[in-house]
Amino acid sequence: MSVVHMSEHEREEAETREQRALGFWLYLMGDAVIFALLFATYAIMIPGTAGGPTGKDLFDLNNAALETVLLLVSSTTFGFASLSVRTGNRSAVIGWLAVTFLLGAGFVFLEVREFAGMIAKGAGPDRSGFLSAFFTLVGTHGVHVTMGLLWILILSAQVALKGLTAPVASRLYRLGLFWHFLDIAWVGIFSIVYLPGLL
Amino acid sequence: MFGKLTIEALPLYSAIAAGGAAVTVGGALLVAIVLTWLKAWKYLWTDWLTSVDHKRIGIMYIVLALIMLLRGFVDAIMMRAQQAMALNAGGYLPPEHFDQIFSSHGTIMIFFMAMPFMTGLINLIMPLQIGTRDVAFPWLNAVSLWLSAAGAALVMVSLVIGKFSTAGWTGYPPYSGIEYNPGVGVDYWIWAILISGVGSTMSGINFVVTILKRRAPGMTLMRMTPFTWTALCASVLMAFAFPAITVACGLLALDRLAGMHFFTNAHGGNMMNYANLFWIWGHPEVYILILPAFGIFSEVVATFSRKRLFGYESLVYATAAIAILSFTVWLHHFFTMGSSANVNAFFGVTTMIIAVPTGVKVFNWLLTMYRGRIDFHPSMMWSIGFIVTFVIGGMTGVLLAIPPADFLMHNTTFLVAHFHNMIIPGVLFGYLAGYMFWFPKAFGFELNRGWGLASFWCWLIGFYLAFMPLYLLGLKGMPRRMETYNDPTWQPYLMVAALGAVVVLCGIASMVIQIYVSIRDRKLTEDRTGDPFDGRTLEWSTSSPPPPYNFAVIPTVGDREPFLEAKKNGTAYRRPASYAPIRIPSNTPAGVILGGFAFVLGFAIVWHIWWLVIVSAIVMFITVIARSSDDNAEFTLSAGEVKRMEDERFRQLGSRA
Ligand code: HEM
Ligand SMILES: [Cu+2]
Repeated sequence: MSVVHMSEHEREEAETREQRALGFWLYLMGDAVIFALLFATYAIMIPGTAGGPTGKDLFDLNNAALETVLLLVSSTTFGFASLSVRTGNRSAVIGWLAVTFLLGAGFVFLEVREFAGMIAKGAGPDRSGFLSAFFTLVGTHGVHVTMGLLWILILSAQVALKGLTAPVASRLYRLGLFWHFLDIAWVGIFSIVYLPGLL
Repeated sequence: MFGKLTIEALPLYSAIAAGGAAVTVGGALLVAIVLTWLKAWKYLWTDWLTSVDHKRIGIMYIVLALIMLLRGFVDAIMMRAQQAMALNAGGYLPPEHFDQIFSSHGTIMIFFMAMPFMTGLINLIMPLQIGTRDVAFPWLNAVSLWLSAAGAALVMVSLVIGKFSTAGWTGYPPYSGIEYNPGVGVDYWIWAILISGVGSTMSGINFVVTILKRRAPGMTLMRMTPFTWTALCASVLMAFAFPAITVACGLLALDRLAGMHFFTNAHGGNMMNYANLFWIWGHPEVYILILPAFGIFSEVVATFSRKRLFGYESLVYATAAIAILSFTVWLHHFFTMGSSANVNAFFGVTTMIIAVPTGVKVFNWLLTMYRGRIDFHPSMMWSIGFIVTFVIGGMTGVLLAIPPADFLMHNTTFLVAHFHNMIIPGVLFGYLAGYMFWFPKAFGFELNRGWGLASFWCWLIGFYLAFMPLYLLGLKGMPRRMETYNDPTWQPYLMVAALGAVVVLCGIASMVIQIYVSIRDRKLTEDRTGDPFDGRTLEWSTSSPPPPYNFAVIPTVGDREPFLEAKKNGTAYRRPASYAPIRIPSNTPAGVILGGFAFVLGFAIVWHIWWLVIVSAIVMFITVIARSSDDNAEFTLSAGEVKRMEDERFRQLGSRA
């Protein structure tokens, strides 16, 4: 009797995990709609510089390339964290999450520095429609990364306190989806904002 | 300390505005006093506000919708009164105030009446129809509810503190930009929509996952009820269209708060982009509202004609086709904005194409009724009134889809007549049909039929009186949103329209009386079986109101109309051999807390009270973290308790026989 009961419980848990994964996928697709519309808005506002600086005047490819490297590598290290979840190695998970966090924090630092430099030069988001679109698109991504960093901290704490229980592992899985999604969004930003802006 | 908020914000500048504020505050106080007098606060908190049960959440959504329907209707009748007397600057409303009223009327009716009504009905019924115990994410469901309520509360508060937007329900820039609208009105509008929009997106996701993953065994997609199908399509649209209005309103907020230039006149802004973003959400939105209504009509017509729905498959495919096409027509809202003739022609054609699947459905309903034994229950009357009237609105829509014709009719009262023609007999009649149909399921007794019929006839006649004149006025060239006019030939039409609003008022009064009479006579119309209308689908197989777990044993489905089938085979109302324990999500205050602080957050942004913005954001953040880290958000109902509740149910069933 109790065996039957256990498997029933496990089945329910598996179903819950599956439903949460699907729900999270749907959320990410909705988020992708937001990014798509911000990309489209950016694209049509490129000419709207109002006599102010253009992308060529402002963007620094080295900085953007470094940001790209940090974020892509952080996706890889997150992948290692996910693998360690499977093997049940708690300290490895926390270690890889910490590395991911540092890389992500480095990314946010570079972005904030870039933004601050532009604002100091008088090229803030209120300068022109083009710059409004630039700051909003790139900034929205940056806010997502920052949220991801907070989430990494929270889940690291959960791994430390609760261990790799089924609910915690399922949350880590969704955080992974989120983190890789931000990578894809960044690749879009790099190739639609920075590369053409400099060519 | 209080940002832009000063004592000036109180509406003491005009008697009418002060009156509106007094009614709002008085109404809220009255409710608080009654609750205190009934000592109902604790019950309200533990059994309702903190509930995560989809049925209770659904009922709370519908209560919100009905309250906002009253508010939206007061706006409407005020406008009708103004226009009836406004010849040559007559009338009683100054332009500024009139503009606030049409803006709040449109905003409330769409976002805080129709949306909660629909979400409420889906919440209440869809899980029962697919044979599950709850939606996929119960506490997220509560969060959605309270975010919608927070948005509605922001609109209501604007009556008392500050002013509402004058930029219409669409909030087009540059007029809604900071340059032309430095006050708080547009900000109230933006934050009400942003906050409730997050709730709607989450509801959409929640329903999609529920329908795709939680159906009872045997219920294939093609065995789902028409209402569940339309709910699925509408939810997909909610999940993917609402992000667009979030972007539109978000960018407008950045323009207003951070001095950006997305939609400004100068500095490289592009206001046409706003129209695109808004209507990329806006057109799917009308199908978000109408598809579930179509689903309700399908259920009601089949049940009260005592026949299987004619052409189920065609109805399903038509629904899916409409959902996909709805993303391809948005430009018909601004044919006059200056796109090329070819672009306009493309969107004109797609718009006409979308009418075809809708026409298919009309035949589904007509042929279901054909040779049926029709019971003229109020729900059936709403459906018949809908079919007849909706066809007229559909034809004027196809007319407007022809760009050259639209150039003439754009922004006239012809358009106002058209969309009310779709949205009152289509959307609202559908929801009211659902409300009267499923009321006994929710509360265990029926609504009074006589007052339901009275309400229907008043709404129907009132609708024709109020809106047919507007078609004619539009053809005569009367623009929409007019506070005054100087063409005396318009006035008679506007007087008829005002009379129509009064007749609608009688319909609303009948609804209120209906509730009172039905509660008074509830013993007479008690629903002891859970199946008052000889229902066909699973929601009627459980008791009214259903137990917290909906089904003691999850049913197995072998037919499109499983309950009717079971009644025919004699397998309905069978007692299972034994019961198993059931896990149920525990109540949580997290939803109310989030909604409450979302309201504070919106209010603080509107008034630039930045410290309060930060405080409420932190509280919300902590609430989310705390609740989502909780691994034991469920409790278990033991098999014994389930048996006790089911025994009671079978005792009731027995006493009927
Ligand atoms: C109960 C009967 C109703 C009456 C008498 C009524 C009346 C009106 C009037 C007089 C206007 C202003 C027309 C103008 O611009 O000249 C209006 C606008 C509007 N109504 Fe209604 N209405 C009713 C119900 C509804 C419902 C149920 C909905 C939606 C679910 C709705 C949605 C709107 C919208 C979106 C606008 C446009 C607001 C704007 O111009 O920004 N109305 N209505
Ligand atoms: Cu449309």
